[in-house]
Amino acid sequence: MANPLKCDLCAKPATVHLTQIVNNKVHKVDLCESCAQAKGVTDPSGFSLADLLLKASLNPEPSMAGVRCEQCGFTQNDFKKHGRFGCPACYEAFKTLVEPMLDNMHKGTTHTGKIPQCALARKSLYDRLTKLELDLTEAIKSERYEDAARARDEISQVKQSVPSNPKPAR
Amino acid sequence: MTIASLIDTPSELTDAASNKTAIVLMTRIRLARNIAGRSFPGWAKPAQREETLAVCRDAVAATSPMKRSLNITVGELTELEKQILVERHLISRELSGAKSGAGVIISKDQAFSVMVNEEDHLRIQVLRSGFQLKKAWTAINELDSALEEHLDYAFTPTLGYLTACPTNLGTAMRASAMMHLPALVISNQMEKVVRAVNQLGMVVRGLFGEGSDASGSIFQISNQTTLGESEEEIIKRLHSVLQSIIEHELNAREKLLEADAAKLFDKIGRAFGILQNSHVLSSGEAMNLLSLIRLGIDLSVFPDASRCVIDRLFIEAQPGHLQHAQKGEFEPGQRDLLRATRLRSEFANFVRPDFTFSTNGKN
Repeated sequence: MANPLKCDLCAKPATVHLTQIVNNKVHKVDLCESCAQAKGVTDPSGFSLADLLLKASLNPEPSMAGVRCEQCGFTQNDFKKHGRFGCPACYEAFKTLVEPMLDNMHKGTTHTGKIPQCALARKSLYDRLTKLELDLTEAIKSERYEDAARARDEISQVKQSVPSNPKPAR
Repeated sequence: MTIASLIDTPSELTDAASNKTAIVLMTRIRLARNIAGRSFPGWAKPAQREETLAVCRDAVAATSPMKRSLNITVGELTELEKQILVERHLISRELSGAKSGAGVIISKDQAFSVMVNEEDHLRIQVLRSGFQLKKAWTAINELDSALEEHLDYAFTPTLGYLTACPTNLGTAMRASAMMHLPALVISNQMEKVVRAVNQLGMVVRGLFGEGSDASGSIFQISNQTTLGESEEEIIKRLHSVLQSIIEHELNAREKLLEADAAKLFDKIGRAFGILQNSHVLSSGEAMNLLSLIRLGIDLSVFPDASRCVIDRLFIEAQPGHLQHAQKGEFEPGQRDLLRATRLRSEFANFVRPDFTFSTNGKN
C-alpha cells in the first residue's frame, strides 16, 4: 500500500473497494467508510453500483472537490468539516453544492423577504463605476477616443448620483 | 454605559409583567447579517476578525436605539459578567466562549443587543416582554435598516441575506416566543405538542436554547426555516402556532381543575411551602417551584401583581445572578444553599395563597 487509493467521492483514503458487472461492463469504485455508509454500500440488498456511478456522474459533488473560493480559499472539504461557509462569495463558488441542499432545508429556494435597498443601490452604482472605468482604460488602450470620451462622461454622471455623504448624521 | 450599571439595572424581561405576559413571557427576534467581502467569523483570521469587529461596533453604536449603549468586547468581560448576560438572553453561549475579536452592543434598556462575530458578523436581537411579535419585528426592522445605511450587507436576490450556515439563508430571521406551559407539562401533553409544532415547521427548545432542558416548564418556540417566505409571513405563521399553543395550555389548565382541583392546588400549596422553608435548592427545582407559583397567579391563587416578582426570580435564581448578588465565588453546592436563602427571604413576605377564588370559579 505505497500509494493508498483515494475515495471516488471525497479525498479521504478508500477502504471499501467494490466491483460490479452491469450490462457486461465492469465497474469499480473505491470509497472511504463514511461515503460507503452514506451511499448505502454496506447494505448489499439496496445497493446498485450503477446507481452510484450514474449519480456520481450527475452529482456535482465530486467535481467540486478541486474548487476553491477565490475570495477566501474555502474548499468543499472545509464545508464538510464545519457545516458553515467561509465567506459570502462561497455561495457563488459552491453554487452547485448549495442549490440541491436548499430544497430539504427550507420552505422555498428563493428569497421573498426584506431587501437591503441602500446597500444594493450602492453596490449597483459601484459595479457600474468599475465597469465604466474598465471600458475607459480599454478604449484608451485601443485608441477609440470617442468611446473613451463617452465612458468618461458617464463616469462623472454616475459619480454625481452617488450621494457625497451617504451616512446621515445621527 | 458600563457593564456594572447594566447588571444592576433590571432587564426588559423583569419589567412590566402583566396579564399579557401570562403564557408568553417574552418575544424575541434575531436577524443574522454579514458584511460583503469579509470572511465569516468562523473562517476569518484573527486580524480580519478584529477589523470586522471595529467596523461593526462603530456602525452599530451610531444608530439611535444604541445611544448610550454598552459597547464592549468579549475579552473585556469577566466570566461572571458573561454568564449574567447569557442568563438575560443578551448574548449567546457561543459568543461568551469566543476567544478574541468578538463583542456585543447592548441598548440602555436591554431591549436590543447586537453580537459581533458570533456565527455571523452581526446577530441583531430584540427582546420584548409578553407576546409582541409584530412590535418586535417593527423595532428590529428599523434598527436593521439604520445599520444598512452604514454597512454593505452580503445579499443576493435569490438567496437573500448570506449567512455562514445555509440553514439561515433568506430572511436570516429567527422569531421566537418563550412560553410558560405548566399544564401541558403536568398533563404529559408536551411531547405531542412538540411533534405537532415540528410538523408546522417550528422548533421547540428549552429556556436557554439548543440542548437546554425545559426546567420551569418554559419553552422557546421559533421558526425553523428562513428561505422562501417573507419575514411577515413567518411571523404570521408563528403567531398562529403560538396562539393555538396558548389555547391548548388554557384547555389543559381547565381540564386539570375539572378533573382534580385539589391535586393541582396541592402542588401549588406545597411549592409555596418549600419556597418559604427549604434550605437547599437546585436551580432546576427552584425553577419548577417558581413555575407552579406562576401557574397559581394565573389561576388567581395569588394576586396578579406577583407575576413580575416570579419572572424576576426566574432570572435571579440562575447561578450567575446569584453569585453576583452574593459577591464572591461559590461551589455549585454552596449556590444551592444561597438560592434557598434568597428564596426564603423573598417568600417570607409573599402574599399567602388564597384558594377560595379559584374553587368558586369567580376569578
